[in-house]
Formats: sequence, C-alpha cells, structure tokens
Amino acid sequence: MQIFSKDKTYDFMGKSLPFMIISVFMILASYFLLGTKGLNYGIDFSGGTIVQVKYEGPAPIEKMRDQISVDKIFANASITEFGSPDEVVIRFMSSTDSVQEDLSDKITNLLQGTGTFEVRRVDIVGPKVGGELKEQGIMAMLISVFTILIYITIRFEWKFAVASILALIHDISIAMGAIVLFNVDVNLDILAALLTLLGYSLNDTIIVFDRIREEVKNSKKFDLFDIINFSISKTLTRTLLTSLTTFFVVLTLWAFGGEIIHGFGLTLLVGILVGTYSSIFVASPMLKFLKFNVEDYKKKESLKEKRKIDKEKMRAQYEQGVV
Amino acid sequence: MSKGGLNYRLVIFFLAIVFGVGFSAPTFLQTEKGAKISLGLDLQGGLYMLLGVKTDEAIKSKMKSIASSIKFFTDDNDIIIDDLKIREEMVTLTLVDPDEEKTLDEMLKKIPGLVLDKNTLQYKVSLNELEQEATKQYAINQAVETIRNRLDQFGLAEPNVARQGEDKILVELPGIKTGEDEQRARELIAKAAHLQMMTVDEKRSDRAYDMSDDEASQYGDIILEDARSPQMKHVLKEVPILDGSMLTDAKVGFDQMNQPVINFSLNSEGAKIFGDFTGKNVGTHLAIVLDNKVYSAPVIRERIGGGSGQISGGFSMEEASDVAIALRSGALLAPVKLLEKRSVGPSLGADSIQASMVALALGFILVIIFMVVYYGLAGVVANIALIANLFIVLAIMALFGATLTLPGMAGIVLTVGMAVDANVIINERIRELFRQGSSIQKAVEKGYDNAMSAILDANITTLLAAVVLYAYGTGPIKGFAVTMSIGILASMLTAILGTHGIYQYFMPRIEKSKNLSLWFGIKGEGK
Repeated sequence: MQIFSKDKTYDFMGKSLPFMIISVFMILASYFLLGTKGLNYGIDFSGGTIVQVKYEGPAPIEKMRDQISVDKIFANASITEFGSPDEVVIRFMSSTDSVQEDLSDKITNLLQGTGTFEVRRVDIVGPKVGGELKEQGIMAMLISVFTILIYITIRFEWKFAVASILALIHDISIAMGAIVLFNVDVNLDILAALLTLLGYSLNDTIIVFDRIREEVKNSKKFDLFDIINFSISKTLTRTLLTSLTTFFVVLTLWAFGGEIIHGFGLTLLVGILVGTYSSIFVASPMLKFLKFNVEDYKKKESLKEKRKIDKEKMRAQYEQGVV
Repeated sequence: MSKGGLNYRLVIFFLAIVFGVGFSAPTFLQTEKGAKISLGLDLQGGLYMLLGVKTDEAIKSKMKSIASSIKFFTDDNDIIIDDLKIREEMVTLTLVDPDEEKTLDEMLKKIPGLVLDKNTLQYKVSLNELEQEATKQYAINQAVETIRNRLDQFGLAEPNVARQGEDKILVELPGIKTGEDEQRARELIAKAAHLQMMTVDEKRSDRAYDMSDDEASQYGDIILEDARSPQMKHVLKEVPILDGSMLTDAKVGFDQMNQPVINFSLNSEGAKIFGDFTGKNVGTHLAIVLDNKVYSAPVIRERIGGGSGQISGGFSMEEASDVAIALRSGALLAPVKLLEKRSVGPSLGADSIQASMVALALGFILVIIFMVVYYGLAGVVANIALIANLFIVLAIMALFGATLTLPGMAGIVLTVGMAVDANVIINERIRELFRQGSSIQKAVEKGYDNAMSAILDANITTLLAAVVLYAYGTGPIKGFAVTMSIGILASMLTAILGTHGIYQYFMPRIEKSKNLSLWFGIKGEGK
C-alpha cells in the first residue's frame, strides 16, 4: 500500500502564506486563552487536596456537598464526577501539615451517612512543594530546549536550530491553548506530556531538516524553495505514517487508559496533530524567514567534508608510517 | 546474487531477544527468583508521603534537655539556683550563692556549643549558630532513622524511608491496604514518643484550672492535660527530671487488672537520676508524661532503684504496641509535618493497571496491523523489532529494579508508537530507491545508509529531552522518562540493527521472488 505512489514534489512553500496566517491566528488565540482564562493549575502546582471517592451506586453529589460544606474550610470544595457516575473527585485548594489527621480524614468523617463508599485516592500537596514543582517544571522545559538548541546547532546550523525551536514554541503554545480550552487540570502528568511533545515535535522537524541538509549537500539545486519543497514531499509519507501510528496509541491511551491519564492523552493528541502540521508548514518556511543561504551552507559543508578527507588521509599516511 | 544467511547483525539481534525474553520472564511469570519490575504505588496501591521536619522544635527540645542537665547538676552538688526557666531558644537562671559561680561555669563549659550571657549572677544560656545548625541536621537524620525503625517494626512489607534533598523525608509504604492501616502507620510515624518524668508543683497543684499558661510559665510551671480525661489538668514543673533519651527498652505488659501497659527500663545514668530523685522526694507526686499528656502521677513512696517504670493509661492492645514501638525506636527530636501525600487504594491501582494494559494492547495491535497492511512483509519485520523492543525494555527495567508507574506505562505505550518510526523512515527510503530503479540488494543497503542520519538525530534529540525530564522530574515523571529513554535506546538496536539483519538473512529469497508487493508493499517487480 502507498499513500503517494508517484514521485511528486508538492509546492508547499508557494502556498505557505495561508498556513502562516492560520498558525499565527492559532498562537494568538492560544495566548488569548492563556491570558484571559489562564491555565487551570491542579494541586501538584498550586497545592491543595484531592479525594477520590467511589460509591456503591451513583454518588449523591448534592448530599455530599451539603454535608461537606458544614465545615467552612470546604466551602470552596468542588465535587465532580470522575469517569463514571459512581466515582467523584473532591478538590479544594487548602492543605494541612498534620501527619496524623489531614483534611482527607475530615472529609471522610463528614461524608459518613451519604452511602457506602470507598476512598480510593488522596493527594495532598503543600503550597511549598507545589511551588517547587512548578519551578522544577519550568527549569526542565528551559534546559531541554537549550540542550537541544546546542545539539542541533552542532549537527546542522544555528538557523536550523532557531527554526526548529520556533516550530516547537508554536506547538507547545497551541497545545497549552488546548489545555486551557478543554479545562484540563495542569498537574505533573501534563508537564510530562508537554515535555514528550517537545521531543516529538523536534523529532518530526529534524527528519525534514535532515532531508533538507542532504539535498543541500548532494543536489545541484540552489533555490531554497525547491529544496524545501522536494524534502518535505520526500518525507511526507514518513511524517504522516509515524504521526498516524503514534496517534493510534495515544488515542487508545486517551480513550481506554482511564480517567487519571485522560488529560495526558488529550494533550498528546492535540500535540501530535499540531506537531505534524508544524513540521510540514511551519518549521521549513522559518528557514526562509531566517534567510538561510543555500550557497553558504554548501560551501561550509564541502569545507567540512574536505577537512574530514584531509584528516583521514593524514591518518592513513601516519598509519603507514609515511609522515 | 547476495549470500544471505546468518550475519553478525542477526546474531546480535537474536542475543538481544534472548536477553529480553529471559530477563523479562520473571516479571511475566512472577517467579520467586530473579529481578522483577516492581509496581509503583499508583498501580499497586499504597501510601507516599513527603515529610518536613520542624527543626526549630529540635532546638527547643535541646534547650530543655540542657535545662534538665543543669537541674540535675545543681541538685547533685547542692548549688542553689532560682528561676530556672526555658524561654524559646534560651535557658535562664539565677545563681543564689556567688561562691558557686566557678563550679557552675565549669559545668556549663563542658557542654559543647553553648553561648553564655552573664549579667552578674543572672545566666542566659543559648546555642551558637554552628551548634544550632548541627542540631537541626541531627534532628533530620534522627527523624529518618527513627521513622525507618518504627516502620520496620510495624510489620509492613517493604517500607522505604529516605532523606530527600536538604530537609525532606520520603516515606513510601506499598503494603498499606486499608484506611485503618494507613491511619495507624501515620500515627506511628508522627508520634513524638517523647517520654518525660516530671515533678508535680505541689505548691500550685490546686491552681490547675484558674492559671493561664503565661502565668504558669512565670513560676517555671507548665499545665498539661491528663491522658485519660482531657478536662483534668496537672500543674508540673517545666524542667523535667529526665526524658526518654535514657530509655533502653519498652515492652507491652499487663497490670493487675489485666489491662495492657508499657514497661520501660532506663540506662544506668537514667536509673541513677531516677533513683536519686525519688530517694530525695518521697511523699511528692511524680508525673509520667508522654507527648505532653500526663499518663499517671503517683505518690513516691520510697526510693525507686533499678531504673524501670510503667506507663498505664487505658491503652488498647494495638495502641500499647504502637507506643512501645515508638518508645523503643526513640523519640523524634523534632515533630514532622506533612508536605505531600499520595495515597492510592489497591482497587484503584488494579483499575489503572487494567485500563493502561487495555490501551497498551489495543494500541499495539493497531500499530502491528497497520504496519503489515502498509508494508507487507517489511511490516512484519518491523513488528518483530517492535515486539523485541518491548521485551528488552521490560528486561532492562527488571534488571535495574525499576518501578513501573502509571506515567511509565504511558511511556511504554508511546514508545510503541514511536519505535516503528525508524522502520517507517528506512522503508520509505528503500521504496524511494526502488522507484529510482535500484536493485533489491542495493535499495536495502542504501536505504539503511540514507536513513541513518535522520534516525540518529531524531532519537538523540528525544533522548536529550528524556534525560532532562529525568534530572528535573520528581517521582512518577522520572518513571516516564526512564521507560522512554530505555525504549529509544532499545529501538536503535532492534529497529535498525535487527531488521537489517533479517533482510540480509532473507536477501537471496527476496531476490529470487522479486515480489516487491509481498516484501515491501509496493507495486512492481524488483531486480
């Protein structure tokens, strides 16, 4: 089976303007959402308490709310269904630091009489820990971006590095916009999803860039648009196939993986779609935008090649004892 | 025509599969012996806690024990002092007889790390900064040791207690199955188990209910509740006679009424202090205080030698046993506080395993079918690599004793999606060469060459992201990063080396059949 059976080169660069507009619009929309509604930080980052309770039969949410609100600390607690009508999650922003008796114990006591239930999960994160986790998360993002920037600069050129990071920012921004839009609680798992996305988005971009690098080196073409169009077309099947297989598994993870990894799955689903799109329509046009010069790169590469050959010659001579 | 048959790539791939299957077998078969992957708390249920230590309290309690030493020394040497008081992080006292100044000063000099502020005969004793820091550090280490001891004796499976970062303590209890167990474990962890012998202030014992804490403190007194009936109060001298640090053993026993009690014994120093004190104070009340609650305050009838005593307070059998454990493993110098807690019931863990297994299986099957439909036998080859990859990931995790968490499961699922990437890249390159009219042998060889740089660069960037994730992530995130990294590394071996070996092995047959549709899922006849 083949998606594209003919060796055809599609004119992606010629039609890049409308896609650029779409991308800019989506990014602006994402930042608008992030600025107005904002990320909904879960307890991992903001601190607080989560109690997951499973009832025998449907959970009496109204009754639970009445009984819990007797205690003023829980006035702002939210009670929401979690995956099935039997199961609910009670969330609130406060936490206590007593080891023997925490807020979840209080909740359990207050819930007595609402039916037969089982406390299945309690998460308590103190405000200090939440702050530290947030700091660590941001650090992780920055450091991985920086490390990858250096790696690509060494393996390609700084313009490739900057272009791929811009595409990355594009992907992460839109994924975060989706997180806000779909009201996903931002916890550690979402951070992991975003970091996975970071790797995935770069992965996709690099496959295309690798082809561009190869074309610049090996072909007689000098026009950047031609080279980019050719490279994207050549890698198109791969881009779509890999995205598809990854999409399959993330889709099953999202659909069947259980409520706890629902947000994780959703973030990745959006991310994979956006990442695939950006590696075709965003990353490569960025090279043009950054004024990537084919001729200079050719010269640089051939110089590199020459140096390598010289070195090998020297070594061969040395090993034969000529020098 | 190429040679085909066995080649080094295939041999390495085969060894890798043997390794993968061999070392993941204990995990699959749950054998007694062999390294297995253990399930994380989120999958098997259990309690995870991150605790902080209130180190300021450690300094206060150190000051208290210094005050006790001063009291014992002055009593022992008939030095008369007045107003011995504990003020936050300072001990104050007034010496009555100036002739004894030298003796007292010498005694105080023997205690390391003290700062002495003297105004004629008024003493202010506190700790210097170095000693304060050392006390704090000691309190954290001691808390880790103590909590570990207690949990070891509590009888739960595989408790893990470790110091984390500067001042935090990590506690993991996978064995917790019920809410009651959890409650008991938490109480055991947090119990200060601070045993003190104190004197009742006979002069003011009738003022227990009308004196404020501040007023009591003026007299160097402290008002504490009774353990059995909290509304009952006792007025005690603030400076204890001795504390639990001199305890050598504590056991559950029974009194005449057949009620559980705790029998404790003191070391020789404690026994001497206890004996001397009771000898000098026959007729007064002695209070046995545990965690600031008075358990009993009997009248001293005679000198009590031998250094043993009893705590009775209407304990249940379980309580008595937990208190005895806590006393044996020592008091917490400073109380602990809860920073983070994650508690997962075993039923939820089982649900999570099931759900992620379903996702893994479904995703896996989808990918496998897709690869065969799209690539024909080349898809089968890629699938063999994929399955081998999965076994190797599990084997390496088992060897490292890694813990499989829910995010770790997600990491494996993702690896499945991404592991076929290398084969997609290679197969596309091979097809491209076919379209250009390459021979089968040349298309396969060159296909691998051409694909290599893209695969390497792509995998290395993902690996870099995973490493950073590991370095900066906490707990569950680390698990995710670990499975991702192992998956990427294993896929290099299986998807690149392994599949290449398989093609080499079958090359004569492929060349003979010339059936590109069967072998590579592409129309046309090969050369």
